[in-house]
Order: sequence, then structure tokens, then C-alpha cells
Amino acid sequence: MKELKIPLIKNGSVIDHITAGNAVKVLHILGIPKGTSSVVSVAMNVKSKMGKKDIVKVENRELDPLEVDKIALIAPRATINIIRDYKVAKKHKVELPREIIGLVKCSNPTCVSNAKEPVKSRFIVVCKDPPKIKCYYCEREPEDIAERII
Amino acid sequence: MSSFLIKMNFKCRDIISIRDFSKKEIDFIINFANKMIPYARGEKYEPILRGKVLSSLFFEPSTRTRLSFETAMNRLGGRVIGFADPSGTSQKKGESLADTIRMANAYSDAIVIRHHQEGAARLAAEFADVPVINAGDGAGHHPTQCLLDLFTIRAEKKGIKNKNIVLVGDLKYGRTVHSLAHALALYGAKLTFVSPVTLKMPIEVINDCRNLGVEPLQTASLDKAVKDADVLYVTRIQKERFPDPEEYNRVVGSYKINIELLNEAKKDIIVMHPLPRVTEIDPEVDKTHHAIYFKQAFNGVPIRMALLSLLMGGKL
Repeated sequence: MKELKIPLIKNGSVIDHITAGNAVKVLHILGIPKGTSSVVSVAMNVKSKMGKKDIVKVENRELDPLEVDKIALIAPRATINIIRDYKVAKKHKVELPREIIGLVKCSNPTCVSNAKEPVKSRFIVVCKDPPKIKCYYCEREPEDIAERII
Repeated sequence: MSSFLIKMNFKCRDIISIRDFSKKEIDFIINFANKMIPYARGEKYEPILRGKVLSSLFFEPSTRTRLSFETAMNRLGGRVIGFADPSGTSQKKGESLADTIRMANAYSDAIVIRHHQEGAARLAAEFADVPVINAGDGAGHHPTQCLLDLFTIRAEKKGIKNKNIVLVGDLKYGRTVHSLAHALALYGAKLTFVSPVTLKMPIEVINDCRNLGVEPLQTASLDKAVKDADVLYVTRIQKERFPDPEEYNRVVGSYKINIELLNEAKKDIIVMHPLPRVTEIDPEVDKTHHAIYFKQAFNGVPIRMALLSLLMGGKL
């Protein structure tokens, strides 16, 4: 019998197929556990058909799929399952939105978005998988997106 | 000419990057600039921008760009407010660029901005309802320079397609050459990039040219590249863009355009430079028919007159 590393949840959300090692960053992007009292379970480096992956389970909270889409920046193949009464009620494959706002710091130190101006960082998505983004202001494409997450 | 203007609507449009424009739109601006030449020379006068005010916000030094914008506005009967040095403004007190733009927006009908930070013009456009023209944003874009360069090449060489155009100098930090390479590829020019290894054209620009169907040649040898060239576009090695002064000292003076070099080139080769130049072109070249750079600088006036008219709705 397959051993479960983290238990099934009755109600809530499961983010599966996260690129191995990125679960903590995914939580950071989603602002979890800040602002939530839900039980959050994290499994890292779980064996899967396609190598290793991370899994995040958030109990008693249904994450908004559009909100979760942002995690495609670092986990482009992740899926989100909404669980109701131990069953998968909805399944959604994350997909990067057209723009990423206020989430990534521009890698160009002389970009105006890094100055003390009343604007949030803004990136245009130029490729969804592998994720490639371009600064709306200075047009630089950061190579190390995960390192640039605010 | 009013029917000519009706064909395309540029009113209230921001001019941030040459990439925001199609070839058809660039042709339209260049054709309009061509009709502006007698007005730019002062041979004809039509105050089509009378009552209009241009904000000229130069946070970085400039000679040609600032003066040619002011000339363009004056020749069309408009007025200019602004500054050539931000030290006399509230920026010195810590005011944000966004707030400075809000003020210029309230006082004028269009804004020209040069700023040391990349993306500053795009940010300005977010805070202004009036059109914003980018007059250079750090190592970013300088679209009006690009337009006047295209205007000059087309006028001097009777076209751009299939012309051998050599860009030489600082191709890494030079903002003019990035925009120009894109625009020349859009027109189907044959491109050669000559630079020291440490100042090579960024891969994004090379890929951009490839996507437009042009495979640029890259070399460090100017002597070879110049032989078949129709246009030699020279840029200054910009000390102010180097994060490391040692790197600057290693490459400054890498290329020198002189009579001996041009004797090995086609008889009708033209030499262009966005200016200011320092040592990269021998002053002896100024006296030859190859030297187009001062004429090129003048062409900034009709191009900017055309743009200001289009953006503020002035009709001849």
C-alpha cells in the first residue's frame, strides 16, 4: 500500500506538482500562513512519475485559482485541487497571467521601478513555460526569477 | 497637407520606444518630417502650435535633443517651459518623478523627458494625460534619435532596404544603437556590428533582428567591415554608462574613423554619429563628403517638428 507522507484533507486546497524545492516560495507568493489560521502541510522532494515534486495542502480554505496562477512563475506545472469532503471538487492547472504586478523586483538597479516612486513593479509575461518575464518599465528580463520575488 | 494628417492619428500618443511603432507609422512620420524641412530652416513659417506649451524636463545633460525640441516648438509658434538641470527643482528636495510629471501635466500640452533611469518615460506616461516623448531614459530608448537616423539614411541613400549598414563602437551600453538595430532590421537593411568583445551588441537585440528576418554579422575588425559599407554609424564609448572605470579605460579609443580608413571604403559611404563625439572621428573627416553627422543633427528639428505637430494636433 502506498504510504501517504501527509494526510488526506477533508476540505481545502492541494497544490500539487510544484517544482521540487520551491514549496516554501510558493507559500511566500500566496502569503501563507500570514492571514490564515488554516493548518498547512508541506511535503518536499516527494517521488513522482516525473521525478521529484513538492506538495502543499491548506485545510479549510479554498484558494482562488486566479490568485494561485501567480505561482506559475516558479512552478509552471503545478495544479490546484479544491477538496470537498475528501473528494476533488475542482482541478485547475496554473497558468501565468499576462502581467505580474508587485511580486518580482526588477534585476536592473537603475530601473525606475526600483526608485522611490509610487508604482509597483510590473512585468509582462513573454513565455509561460519556462517562465520568462520582461520588466514593463526597463524591458529587462530577469534570469533568476525565484531570487527576485519580493 | 491636412488630408495627409487624417490618414493616421497620433494625437495624444506617447513616444516611448521605436518598438511601439509599425514600419507604416515610421514612414508616415518621416514623410511628414520631409515636408517640415523648409519650416525647420526658417524659410517658411506657420504657427500651427500657437497657444501650445511644451514641458522640457531634462534630468540629464543634453545639447542637440533639448535644443532641437525647443527649436521645433519655437518654429511652430509654441512655447517651452522646463529645465535643463534638475538641481533647481523640487527633485532636489526629494520630490518623486511621478509628482514632477503631475505638475508638468497640469501646466502644458506635451512633455519631453530625459532621465537617467531606465523606464522613466514609461512611468511618466502613466502619470500624464498629455503625450510624453522619451528623449532618452538611461541606457534604455531614444526613439526620436532613431527616427532622425532613419530619416537621414533614407534621405542620403535613397532607401534603407538592402543597404550595408555598419554600427561601430559601444554596442552594449549605447541606447541609440539598440533602437536603431531594431528599426533597420524592420526595413530589411544588412547589418554588421563592430565592437570590442566587452561591448558587444546584447543577445536580445541580435535575436530581435533575427526575428525580423535579418542575420547581423558581428566582428571586432572595422577595416574589413567598412569595405562594403554604405553607412558607417559610429557611437561614442560612453564613460558615464560604465559601472567599472577600469573596463572603460580598457576599451576607450578602440576605433578611430579617419581619412585612411575611409579611403578603403566605397566612395559614397556616409559617416553618421548621434554626437557628442570625443575622439572616435578624426576632425579631418568633417571636411569630406562622407561626414553627415552635422546634417543628421539638424534633421532632429524637422523630425521633432513633425512629432510635436502630430501629437498636439497642429495642421499645416
